[in-house]
Amino acid sequence: MKLVSTALAITLAAFTVGAQAQQITGAGATFPAPVYAKWGEAAKAAIGIELNYQAIGSGGGQNQIINRTVDFGASDAPVDGAKLEQNHLLQFPTVMGAVVPIVNLPGVEANKLKLPSELLADIYLGKITKWNDPRLVEANRDVKLPNVAIAPVYRADGSGTTFVFTSYLSAVSPDWKAQVGAATSVKWAAGNGAKGNDGVAATVKQVRGAIGYVEYAYAKQNKLATTQLRNKAGQFVSPTLAAFTAAADAGDWHNAPNFAVNLIDTAGTEAWPIVSATFILLPKNPVDPERSANVMKFFDFAFKNGDEIATSLDYIALPAGVKDAVRASWHADIRGPGLAAIWK
Amino acid sequence: MSDATLPLRPAGSRAASVGDRFFALAATSAGVLVLVLLSAIILSLFVEGLPSFRAFGLNFLIDTDWDPVQEVFGAGVPIFGTVVTAVLALLLAVPLAFGIAFYLTEIAPAWFRRPVGTAIELLAAVPSIIYGMWGFFVIVPIMGDDVQPFLTDWLGDVPWIGFLFQGAPFGTGILTAALVLAVMIIPFIAATMRDVFNTVPPVFKESAYGLGCTTWEVMRSIVVPYTRASVVGGIMLGLGRALGETMAVTFVIGNTNRIPTSLFGPGNTIASIVALEFPESHTGSLKLSSLLALGFILFVISFIVLAISRLLLRPRSA
Repeated sequence: MKLVSTALAITLAAFTVGAQAQQITGAGATFPAPVYAKWGEAAKAAIGIELNYQAIGSGGGQNQIINRTVDFGASDAPVDGAKLEQNHLLQFPTVMGAVVPIVNLPGVEANKLKLPSELLADIYLGKITKWNDPRLVEANRDVKLPNVAIAPVYRADGSGTTFVFTSYLSAVSPDWKAQVGAATSVKWAAGNGAKGNDGVAATVKQVRGAIGYVEYAYAKQNKLATTQLRNKAGQFVSPTLAAFTAAADAGDWHNAPNFAVNLIDTAGTEAWPIVSATFILLPKNPVDPERSANVMKFFDFAFKNGDEIATSLDYIALPAGVKDAVRASWHADIRGPGLAAIWK
Repeated sequence: MSDATLPLRPAGSRAASVGDRFFALAATSAGVLVLVLLSAIILSLFVEGLPSFRAFGLNFLIDTDWDPVQEVFGAGVPIFGTVVTAVLALLLAVPLAFGIAFYLTEIAPAWFRRPVGTAIELLAAVPSIIYGMWGFFVIVPIMGDDVQPFLTDWLGDVPWIGFLFQGAPFGTGILTAALVLAVMIIPFIAATMRDVFNTVPPVFKESAYGLGCTTWEVMRSIVVPYTRASVVGGIMLGLGRALGETMAVTFVIGNTNRIPTSLFGPGNTIASIVALEFPESHTGSLKLSSLLALGFILFVISFIVLAISRLLLRPRSA
């Protein structure tokens, strides 16, 4: 009996503690899920807001917030203006990430292989099929390229990573834009599909001559062999945090409607060409203003205190000016009952 | 009431009859619920898939284009992949399963039958994701490093069938998927075959042995003809599982929306394309509708296969 009452007391205590932390729910993109989880832990300890984030994919996140089943949605691809308008959604960025090519070429060290952008597109179009193709040899005079077939590997599941990568290929190759285009899943002309970043990485590791693309964080943590890419300024750059930040700085944040800034193939001389922001979707007319306020409090906390966490997880934090612009848009656009601004 | 009169109903009959009726009602509604659920699933898949059937017509079934950017969707590649991997898996699994069942019913010593039988049932209980990971991390490298180059060297230049064994040795592809599927369906087919072989009346077999038949002759002339329909039913049951298998196939098939020309080529199945594309499909989009239409098609295919298996597996009339 005593045991039962003790157990009951503990359970009740647990509930009261749970009730003190205010919960917000979000769903969507898988790419920022690790950093949201870390921010969630920090925010729970510091400001008592507990984040319940479900990484169900960008498309799922958009569906969920349009149906208002969560407090916020998350998407890697920016949602177009008309759709935001129609569903009364505000869109803002949180962090940025980079996509990097990975290769499995015995004898070629990481970041030694130089890939001119149009050749990367031609590899994925199936036009370049051997690693010792004259055009690749031309760009890599100092590297001995083997006579091995190129095996392109892509994400078979619909993913924001694919959207970013194909946006880049569309930007640099007219052929790619005409034949394939950019989306979360596309009609691939060559190669094999694998599921998830880990599937792509494992397939590239297993197949000699394979090339794939993954999130930079994934490549770094798993020590995959990345390559150099040629950026818009004509420079070959290696995937480093400095190169990603250069790309973010080169972005035209202030003229981008709904913060849908294009960080693909920016003009900076040191800029890595495949960088993108990931976005949050928040209702402009929230059903529950208090929860909506908590979502903004959460991201405000993350903007103030979360940069170090983001960097340690190999994401790129937003420039300070962009964070201020996001806060201003919260104040201007998110309205509670009586059209009062929720974010003061 | 005299002592001699027997009560027409048991004591407390009123309460009991209410209970009986209630129980009968509950059991009936449970039974009906299954039918309602089944038709609700079919109906909702069909209704949700309708925009896609409208947009592409019957061409949806044979069109091999799957282009989310242009919003052109065809079920040709997934249907082809589903049918080809399932049939290949059957070709690999049926002889092995037959061997297992033959061994267990005719050759194995009695004390050995139980452990082997249990092992087969355990194989059937392994979750498919385990088969998928095993396939991806163990079978795919073996296929890519050894089996596929070997087959290409030996059979790649043979006229007529050579094209089936060409292509880059990724390790993944139609053949690998069929191999993993075969391992997954062997237990189903073997267990069914063993059970139906055991239904052959001993007197038939004993008579044949008495006439001097060998074990093989008994199997070929007595057991197999007697159980033919049920054996085919068991095979269809395995086929049903192979058609709908999702995770294990997704791991090893290569996930490509092109008709493969080689056994090593990558492909796609209905179940795996639905699993892969579903999370990034927007509500109300033609893509989502096409995926649900694919679900409907898979449902219909599985339904037909299972209906045939039920028909063949029904107890033989005397």
